[in-house]
Amino acid sequence: MTKHIPLTTRRNVVKFNKFTSGSVAAALVVALAIPALSTTSASAAVNYAKITNASQGGGMAGLAAACKKEGQLNVIALPHYWANYGDMITGFAKTYGVKIDEANPEGSSQEEIDAAVTNKGTNRSPDVFDIGLAVAVKYLGTGTFAPYKAKTWSYLQFAQSIDPTAEVSPNYTGTMTIGYSGALGTITSLNDLLDPKFKGKIALNGDPLGSSAAMNGIFMINKALGGTFDDVTKGVAFFAKLKAAGNFINVNPTEATIASGQTPVVIDNGYIQAGVVKTMAAAGKVWKMYTPAAVGSTYNSAVSAWAPHPACARLWMEYSLGETGATIWATGGATPTLWVWLLKTGRASAEGKAAIGVSKIVAEKATADQTAKARVYLKTAWPAAVGTN
Amino acid sequence: MTQLQYKGTGSANGRTGSRYWRGKSAYLGVVPFLLVSGLFLLYPTWNVASGAFQDKHGKFSTSVLKEVFNSKVARHAFANSLEISAKTAIAGAILGGLFAWALVNGKPGGYFYRVAVALSSVLAQFGGVMLTFAFLATFGFNGLVANIALKVAPHSFLADSSWLYGKFGISVLYTFFQIPLMVLVFLPTLENLKPQWREASDALGGKAHEYWVRIGIPILTPSFAGAALLLFVNSFSAYATAATLINLSDFLTPLEIATALTSETGGANPAEAKSLSFFMVVVVIIAMTFYALLRKRVSRWEQRR
Repeated sequence: MTKHIPLTTRRNVVKFNKFTSGSVAAALVVALAIPALSTTSASAAVNYAKITNASQGGGMAGLAAACKKEGQLNVIALPHYWANYGDMITGFAKTYGVKIDEANPEGSSQEEIDAAVTNKGTNRSPDVFDIGLAVAVKYLGTGTFAPYKAKTWSYLQFAQSIDPTAEVSPNYTGTMTIGYSGALGTITSLNDLLDPKFKGKIALNGDPLGSSAAMNGIFMINKALGGTFDDVTKGVAFFAKLKAAGNFINVNPTEATIASGQTPVVIDNGYIQAGVVKTMAAAGKVWKMYTPAAVGSTYNSAVSAWAPHPACARLWMEYSLGETGATIWATGGATPTLWVWLLKTGRASAEGKAAIGVSKIVAEKATADQTAKARVYLKTAWPAAVGTN
Repeated sequence: MTQLQYKGTGSANGRTGSRYWRGKSAYLGVVPFLLVSGLFLLYPTWNVASGAFQDKHGKFSTSVLKEVFNSKVARHAFANSLEISAKTAIAGAILGGLFAWALVNGKPGGYFYRVAVALSSVLAQFGGVMLTFAFLATFGFNGLVANIALKVAPHSFLADSSWLYGKFGISVLYTFFQIPLMVLVFLPTLENLKPQWREASDALGGKAHEYWVRIGIPILTPSFAGAALLLFVNSFSAYATAATLINLSDFLTPLEIATALTSETGGANPAEAKSLSFFMVVVVIIAMTFYALLRKRVSRWEQRR
């Protein structure tokens, strides 16, 4: 049954409709024009995947706003006890109000790149990397990293020499040390380690073919005995002596083995040892450190070329490579590459100074070529020295 | 209705039409299994096999395969893997077999029997980091037994824990989960060893050792060998236990593969890892073929109840 609509009302409705449709159309045009008008502001037109410094993205404020919109940052292979990354992650999340998705804390640098490649195009791909020098150099210029110069880039040590295009930026260095339980007395020279009281107690963090900490541990002992980065025979010979005396064991030291006393002497990065000192102190035990020679390794920050959250990735670079990040790393026992500049300009924090001192001498480190050469040599020499039957 | 009456309907040779598919609809149940095994078993195996025959740039070449085959380090690791797998397989098979025999001779369905079987199914999976740490905490330096031995028997091997960190130590750790696995796999066969056969042998005047030589061992051998092969493959592919205990990348092939995949010092070489995996897959295929053939023989005995 159709309703009878009077002709006049219909006409009025039509007229009214014409009027309202006209005004609605006008409103729509204005509404659509507003975003178009607002494209003059930086945030709407910026492609954050392509910017190479903060000013192209609206400065820190622009980056922070864009990151807040993206809402998440994917990090990978950042253990909380490693150079105080725990504080770095929670600090970033709190300051900028974004969620941080942490993947594979115990992964290696190679696994970080592999994860980015396998997850390419998905929302889970890592946004930022923290990789060792060997892996960083391996992927330079292959399109894996997006070049980005943080505001403090020109003050970072080694930044120019490692990569002037800033595909990777050196972030912190650590010095290798020999950490040991206070119950074993005090070590004053390398030959103390050959003492029978260290029987079955000395462990190296990893295998030099797989772990840069182990490789640098060998470099450190090698340097202490007068060797150079190009020739590690002296270091390997010393380890062979340790193994022959029964003092060196092939176990992989972890927090658990240290806490239970299985590996009372560990050759590892200084910033890991700093964490061990804290945990042991909480249990009422003493963990001391002995550094026979200053050998370090530099880790590098990089932004993934296909980061699913490009603004947050770049904001993370600004945060971690800036003063806040440097202080966090310093309190974790790692020397940030910004440290020399911070000391020079008097901006170094008190806690940082207490943790890593004011030494401007940065530890020597091996180049990627020297690492590759050592790796080839160690492939047969290492098992021959410390291999087990 | 008889078979002949059924043949009247459907097509002439009975190989098409809905009646043919009705019998085959049971195969639908296999599809999920085929999907899972295809995705997680067949595809990775094909990936490894095809990757092993490529060089660094993805072209077909056997250069990496040959390089790995001739590499002294890879051969040493492979020899170690084979040796440890064989030793733990035999040790686990003998000890597990004896334990299973003890279980079968007890009260069937009794308390000890049930507890032992349940414990075996749990301990057969108890490997990896937990197992290593358990042994380190017990037998390692500063471990419980080591500390006691230092006071009570300071010259015994228990006081000096360096045995744990070598081939012998790894073998002991592997045997720890090989024995329960052997019990689980071998128990059904032992249960099928009918007492009537023993009685028949005695009735015909055979002595105990004659029973074993002529009846017991021939029946048990195929199943025993099959179980030992299973143990061999289980130990051959174990990774986590060794990775936690031994820090050397050239000690076992799985450790070498891990280093080739995740090396932090730039030594990662996926082609090398795939070649090593390919050789491992070949060994496993050979072992599993023998296992399948042996199981076919054994199933004859296990069917007749």
